[in-house]
This record gives sequence, C-alpha cells and structure tokens, in this order.
Amino acid sequence: MIPSFFRRTPVLPGFGASFGLSVLFISLVTLLPLSGLLLYVSNMTWAQYWLAISDARVVESYKITLLGALYSTIAVTFIGFLLAWIISRYDFPGRRLIDALVDLPFALPTAVAGITLSALFIPTGWLGQWFEPLGIKISYAFPGMVIAMMFTSLPFIVRPVQPVLEDLESEIEEAALMLGAHKWQIFWRVLLPALAPALITGASQAFIRSLGEFGAVIMIAGNIPFETEITSLMIFIRMQEFNYPAAAAIASVVLAASLILLFLLQLLQNRFLNKL
Amino acid sequence: MLKKFILAGALAALALLTAASIPAQAQEKPLLNASYDVARELFAAINPRFVADWKAKTGQDLKIDQSFAGTSRQAQDIIQGKKVDTVTFNQATDINVLAQRGLIRADWQKAFPNNASPYYSTIAFLVRKGNPKHIKNWDDLVRDDVKLVFPNPKTSGNARYTYLGAWLYANEKFKGDDAQTKQFVGKFLHNVVNFPTGGRGATVAFAQNGQGDVLLTFESEVMGIAKGDEFKAGGFEVVVPPVSVLAEFPVAVVDKVVDEKGTRKVATAYLNYEYSREIQLLLTTYYFRVNHPDLAKVMADRYAKARLIEPTKVLGPWDKIEQTHFASGGVLDQLLAVRK
Repeated sequence: MIPSFFRRTPVLPGFGASFGLSVLFISLVTLLPLSGLLLYVSNMTWAQYWLAISDARVVESYKITLLGALYSTIAVTFIGFLLAWIISRYDFPGRRLIDALVDLPFALPTAVAGITLSALFIPTGWLGQWFEPLGIKISYAFPGMVIAMMFTSLPFIVRPVQPVLEDLESEIEEAALMLGAHKWQIFWRVLLPALAPALITGASQAFIRSLGEFGAVIMIAGNIPFETEITSLMIFIRMQEFNYPAAAAIASVVLAASLILLFLLQLLQNRFLNKL
Repeated sequence: MLKKFILAGALAALALLTAASIPAQAQEKPLLNASYDVARELFAAINPRFVADWKAKTGQDLKIDQSFAGTSRQAQDIIQGKKVDTVTFNQATDINVLAQRGLIRADWQKAFPNNASPYYSTIAFLVRKGNPKHIKNWDDLVRDDVKLVFPNPKTSGNARYTYLGAWLYANEKFKGDDAQTKQFVGKFLHNVVNFPTGGRGATVAFAQNGQGDVLLTFESEVMGIAKGDEFKAGGFEVVVPPVSVLAEFPVAVVDKVVDEKGTRKVATAYLNYEYSREIQLLLTTYYFRVNHPDLAKVMADRYAKARLIEPTKVLGPWDKIEQTHFASGGVLDQLLAVRK
C-alpha cells in the first residue's frame, strides 16, 4: 500500500531525487548508528540492562546531569532572551559583532571552551578570583559544569527567538500602548505569548544539548564520582572498560529521555499554537 | 602585484604537493604503529632513526605511520579492524585485550626481552616549589591537608599505576591486611580534587590551574614537566617515593595484521630496534628507565633510587588485577562509592 501522496506527481520538480537523497542520508548518518546502539542493547537480558542503567554511580550521574542542565537552561534562557532582545530591538555600535559572537560556541571545539573556562574560573583565574573570597568554587566543581553547559547552549536560545522578535512589528506594541496597557502588561500579555513557542523550542534544545555535552563539561567538572560525574562520562568510562553493552544501555536511557522530552515539548507547543 | 603574489603562492603549493607525493610513491608498505597518548615526541624521534637504520641495512625505503591515543581507544580501534602492525603501549592490560581476541599471540610477553618492555618507569610525585607540604612518601598522600590530582583510573593507563602504587605500598605496610589496605587506598582516592580523563588534563589542572598539592603520574612525565620549558617557571619539584610500582611500557607485534600485510619482518625489527643502545640512550633523555647494560651509570646518575614492585608478582596476572580492581563494580568502584 503506497500512500496516495507518493502516487501524485508533485508540482515542484525534483521531489523524487531530493527525497531519496535525504532519506538515504538520514538512514546512513542517523539511523544506522542508532540501530547499532540498539543492537548492542538487544543482546542484553532485561536483568543485565537494568543492572547497567541502575548502578548507583550511574543513577547519581543522571541526577547531576539533569540538575546541571536544568540550572544552565534556566540561566541561559534568561540571558539568551536578553541577548536576542538587544540584538533585534536596538541598533547600537557593535551590534553585528555581538550577533556574530553568539555563534561562537558552534564554531569552537567544546573541549577548548572547557579548558579556557576552567582556566578563567580557578581561584587565581581572571574571573575565579572574585568568587574565591566568597568561598565559591567554580572550576572543577558543579558550578563550573553549569557554566560549561551554558556556554555551549547559548546560541540555541538566541537563534530561534531572534527572528520572531524581528517579525513582531512595533505597531503591535504601539497599539497596546494606545489601548492603555502598561509596559509590563505589554511584555507579559502581548510580547511573551508570541515569543513563547520560540523560547520553548530554544530552551528545550539547550536542555537536550546540555544533557549530551561531553567535551566542555569533562574539562571543567573535576569528574569526582557522585559529585561532578556526568552521564556522558559514565558512557565513556564503560567503553574504556570494553563494556560496550553497558555503555549502549546508558546511552539508550539518555536517548529515551531526550526523545520523551522532545515529544512533550511538541505537545506543549501545539497547545500554545492552538491558543493563539 | 597581487596577481604575482597569488601566482607565486599557487606555484609554491604545487611544488609542495609534488614534493609530498614523491616519497609517497617510493614507499612500499607503510608500517602503522599505535602508541599511547603522550608518546608523540618520543616516537617522532625514534621513527626517523629506524627508517634510516632500515634503509642502511636492507636498502628499502620505509614509511612509518604513527597513531597516538589512549591505549584503550587504540585497542578498541584494532579490535574494530584498524590495520595496526605494532603496538607500543603504556600498560599490558590493553595488549592482553587484543591477545584474548586472538589478534596477538597469548605469550606475547616472551616475544621480546624484559617482558616485552624496552623501557620502564614508575609513579612519582610532582609537588609545588619548595615542597611546602613536606611530601616524601605515600603516607603523606593520605593526610587530611594534602590534595591530589591524577587522571581517572578508568580512562587513563598511568592512573591505574598510580592506584596500584598506592595499593602495593599499603599492602606491604599493613603486611597484606586487606581491610587496612582498602582503608588506606580509599582515603587516598578521596583526597583527589580532580579526575581529568587524561594525563594532559591532569598536568594542566595541577601546573597551570593550581589544583591540588601533588600531581601523580609516571616518573618520566613528572621529570619532563619539572625540567621542560613549558612549566619551568613554576619551580615544581620531583619526589620519587622510596617504594613504588614498576610500570612497564610493553610492545607487541599484532600477529593477525602483520601476517595479512606481510610485514612481520620489518615490524619485529622495528620493535627490536627499541632495545638498541642508541634508542635506549635516547629513551633516558625522555626520562624513561632502561635495562641496557652499557647505560647503568647513566641510570644511576639520572634517577632516584627506588624499589619498584612488580604488580603481577603480588596481585597475580594482569587479567586478574583488571577483574578484581578495575572492572565495573571492582575494588576501585567500591572504594569510590564510599561517600566522604
């Protein structure tokens, strides 16, 4: 049974070739490695699988990773929103530079970012020295981990929000003002609802990115078991033990968590769109 | 002007390409050697010497490709089909992994002298200028006021030796009492402020970012950091404990690959060359210890006297050590799981 869509001749030419290439590419690059992962897992019994994913140290690493990603996402959503706001709403000298800098985390190898951040935030570092008297340890501790996650996930917030902000015409705000809304009312009731879908998309991508981040985090986290050991590192450790099934099992948990999250966000977004 | 410049650039690039492609044609069968991560400079020095030596002896042009990565990573690659002729590792475990999978003969340690280990080292301590915490021996490392830095033993070969060094010392001190040894090593592990995934990360954390009071790694590394240009300004000092662990740097021919490629002869010659006087002397300039009888005096001048315990003599064969201590849920995991 071929769906009727594929039997119609599309209006735009080249559908067959481009569709075929896209599917081939996705299969080779995404689905094949994924099925390899599932193959490793499928050779395990349920008991082995449970043992691999419920090890105390691994469970602790889930908590650490989730908590780190949560804090970093909250912080980065706020900062990213402000950044998107100033870039799209004001024209000031250096605006283009800041706009370009937002993409830096995409370009920089994350391990390099991790090393640089850890050097900045050590007690004698340029930034760390201000936190040292307060007794706050950043590099090689949990806060460092959060900062590394924030660094790598910042563009994920700015980039989806920015075009939406640019598309929101100032006439809408002016109309609200004319109708007697306060500045905060305009923000809460006029701007934010329009921005919410983009913000949610950005935040969810930032969160998922933080769950999977490896290079930047292990360089700054200190990797102390039960304190600053992230799940990606546990996967890496299992691979070093030549325990591929256990590594795949833990990876499948991260993958499932990310998929569920994406799905939930899709639902949430649909609700928002329906409301508008 | 610009045109000329671009033309000159293009010509230079062309010349480079041609130059690069000529030796590529001359080589017959490149040899691929896989080493541990921090061996770059060493093999950059050894390989051209062997190429010249081989040319002089056989008249054949040889090219050596060299790969560097953590040895567990290297072993994984070889298992997954990378055509590596020889391995020069920093631990026996990852060669045993290959032997268990039939890629290397089971008695590989008998194929070359000294347990197939052309050079060796031990675990030593790097301390801050003037040794402010008076660190002399392993006992000082379990004090409450001393913080340590070394890589994660799960992801780094040298850290496994660090762990074994502490274990073997404690095992002797407590005359084999298991509970007391575990307590000692547990305290030792909990004094660690940072577990980077590799040796380089640990060096940066200690020497550059000021983490901890002691960096533990191979003596060769420790001496390299203390005497090398990069961290000379730090004034770090080397402390070699009177008793430490023997860390061998084993080599092996990957039998399955050399038989397939027909490179057994040259691969064997390459590894034997590491035992030659020339290379053994070269190895001492990288602060490794060697067994060549001519170099005993160089050895005595250069290295602190230390009694080095062979892990396999006390704890049994490597796969048993691996199973008991380093496998998932092994003693290392158990000790780390005890909360502070």
